[in-house]
Amino acid sequence: MAGAHTDTPLQRWFNRKGWINVTIAAPYVWLVLFFLLPFVIVIAMSFATRTPTAPPFSFGGEHPVLNTAHYARLFQDDLYIRAYLTSIANAGLATLLCLLIGYPMALGLTRVSPAWRNILLMLVILPFWTSFLLRVYAWIGLMGTNSWFNKLLTASWNWLVPTDWALRSIPMMNTNFAVVLVMVYSYLPFMILPLYANLEKLDRTLDEASMDLGSRPFRVFLDITLPLSVPGIIAGGLLVFIPASGELIIPSLVGNAGQPMIGRVISDEFASARDWPMASAVSVALLMLLVVPIMLYTHFEGKSHEKRKEGA
Amino acid sequence: MRRRSTFLVTMLCFGFAFFYVPILSMMVYSFNGSRLATVWGGFSTKWYVSLLSNRQILNAALLSLKIALLSATMATILGTMAGIALARFKRFRGRTLFSGLVTAPLVMPEVITGIASLMLFILMAEWIGWPASRGFTTVTLAHITFSMVFVTTIVHSRLSEADAALEEAAMDLGSRPWQVMKDITLPIISPAIVSGWLLAFTISLDDVVITNFTTGPGTTTLPILIWSKVKLGVTPDINALATITVCIVGTGVAIAGVILNRAEKRRDRDARMAYQANQ
Repeated sequence: MAGAHTDTPLQRWFNRKGWINVTIAAPYVWLVLFFLLPFVIVIAMSFATRTPTAPPFSFGGEHPVLNTAHYARLFQDDLYIRAYLTSIANAGLATLLCLLIGYPMALGLTRVSPAWRNILLMLVILPFWTSFLLRVYAWIGLMGTNSWFNKLLTASWNWLVPTDWALRSIPMMNTNFAVVLVMVYSYLPFMILPLYANLEKLDRTLDEASMDLGSRPFRVFLDITLPLSVPGIIAGGLLVFIPASGELIIPSLVGNAGQPMIGRVISDEFASARDWPMASAVSVALLMLLVVPIMLYTHFEGKSHEKRKEGA
Repeated sequence: MRRRSTFLVTMLCFGFAFFYVPILSMMVYSFNGSRLATVWGGFSTKWYVSLLSNRQILNAALLSLKIALLSATMATILGTMAGIALARFKRFRGRTLFSGLVTAPLVMPEVITGIASLMLFILMAEWIGWPASRGFTTVTLAHITFSMVFVTTIVHSRLSEADAALEEAAMDLGSRPWQVMKDITLPIISPAIVSGWLLAFTISLDDVVITNFTTGPGTTTLPILIWSKVKLGVTPDINALATITVCIVGTGVAIAGVILNRAEKRRDRDARMAYQANQ
């Protein structure tokens, strides 16, 4: 064996397999310290009692050790229930719209020539690499009552409907409509890319066969393409729904402050009301909303990993 | 060959118009002479001048770059380690918890990660006196934590696709672990490491929510600055900033595309030549 004498101490240490422990331990300790521990703090905090001290909470003493009052408030104060429902409605609607726009786009991408496909895929990804805030900002410019976009929409609306329905401008800013629109705009690539990856792998000979046997294109789509693309639909749907339901920036910039989404409620409880226990309880509630989608997601991710390994 | 569906082509056109009309509109209005962001007042480059002479924005951009460089590099090191651990070490104590820990941050709502990290930093300051104040350090720590798992995902999937038999064969033939690592494992995952670093870099550069919670007075990153400006309404110099960003990113992505395309062609050609040589 060459080089046995020339090994540096580092190489000798590596060869004794000491590196395996470090490779596991370094990221492990990091994630336990900076991810698991904060998460445990949130859960513990949701049972604490708010006090006017700094930091603004206490456990035990004159207060109950396990204070469940915050969870009770989640059901009593309809602010929380409404925020919950608004979040589900906005995120669900955004997911559905992303699917309706993203599915035909992903399918279309599989049908164009390879040269075009690479360019178009790059154009799908490009907005993702530019700043998220600036994309939201672009819509603020478009939705304002004096913008060319709003004027164009207003003109088309007035042309379409009877004169007594005519509007001077369409109120878009600070509505749930604006929130859903900007969420669709921001998260559409997350729908298109997994769908495209799924549709691209489908065996085209299947639909050619059924076309040859006399099926019409739409039937082929319903009977073959759509059922086979369910994994892609689920992956894309979760990638849109999960971040959309906890979204904070979009609703606070273009949304209606009177109908906050749950992310806004958490942030307000924490920063404005300085009610750490309540903010933590609402966070736990948001996680409960996401538990099923997240478990679905990890389940399907694990499956695709296994499949990839079998394929290798 | 099947006829291309007009419906799909229409949807593609509509979709790309939806993607790019807002961005193009923003770029056009960055040359607007009027102070009113929505009324056209003639061509002017004054917003670029005011942007480039705005020290506050330049400092914030510089700070964001520093945090992104540092956190992406740390996240890549830790994330690659975790990816190798998951793909190559099948059995170690606490593996289930570990694989949960690298997926959870991917799906955790940012607001929760944000307040959780902030509470941790405040309580740590209370208990052990460190970090004494929030700012550069705490933002970087938080960025490393939530971007390293993206690196892990990329490295893990790349390494699961690659056959472990290569590494085993090298070991059987007498290679030492560090040689296997240097000559086989790292070259296999190097594309994944590069794309992981780029992703971590962009995520850090773009983050608002987690930074908003973990930062302190005096540490204003570019997204935080834009966020506070946009909250007050439309300001035309943000249009100029957006145009510059889109141009930089667009050029970068186009160059990367050309390089990747060439590498792919070269690989195809080499494979063909190797095949013909064997005939």
